[in-house]
Amino acid sequence: MAKSTFVYVVYIASTPEKVWSGLLDGEFTRQYWEHDNVSDWKPGSQWEHRKPGASEVSILGEVIEARKPSRLVLTWAAPHEAKLRHRHSRVTFEIDAVADMTRLTVTHDELEPGSEMERKITSGWPRVLSSLKTLLETGKPLNTWAGR
Amino acid sequence: MKDSDLVFKALADPGRRKLLDILNAGDGLTLSDLRTHLDMTRQGVTQHLAVLEAAGLVATLRRGRHKLHFLNPVPLQEIYDRWIARFERSRVRALRALKRRLEGAQNG
Repeated sequence: MAKSTFVYVVYIASTPEKVWSGLLDGEFTRQYWEHDNVSDWKPGSQWEHRKPGASEVSILGEVIEARKPSRLVLTWAAPHEAKLRHRHSRVTFEIDAVADMTRLTVTHDELEPGSEMERKITSGWPRVLSSLKTLLETGKPLNTWAGR
Repeated sequence: MKDSDLVFKALADPGRRKLLDILNAGDGLTLSDLRTHLDMTRQGVTQHLAVLEAAGLVATLRRGRHKLHFLNPVPLQEIYDRWIARFERSRVRALRALKRRLEGAQNG
């Protein structure tokens, strides 16, 4: 069966450098994503999506490409599928300056249709991106995960 | 025009809402795919897609010779976050308070 693809676009009144930090710097991600993204961000390295203070990793994968501040490509998997590379999906972040805004495009593809991961990411990305936009534009995060 | 004006203007047309419904049911469609679902000229579909794209409700991806269209829900999430999210949170808080009270009553 064909794998599924989702594309999310958000325009943020900020710079590509700040959007890049907003995605990778724990100081920001903790505020709107409740997680740190941990890696040395070199192609071939592992990256982990970790809840601060928690011992287990929520999501992990491999860094495929990292070109600060414009392009980041990662594989994306649940920890129990870490070694099953064919089960990993893929996330591509593209960051472009458009007039006085920054456009962030997140393409999440190679997902198993109907999977739990597909369900989670389709409800997750819109919240994450809307909240990132609010944090970068107003300095305050949305309390988007509260009550979940 | 502000982002949210573009979103509401794009949503004001039933033909464009129908396009979003089609993309919601199956993402990653070409212009030709979309046309098979609609009684609309190619030009009409193209114009509607341009309005939806300008509002950020449709995102596109090039795959070889094809331009694929996707529903981009982020602007709708922004509307949700602005007007609805706080009601959802208070409902959840109320349920939590009720659970605590019931469990407290049982224990006591």
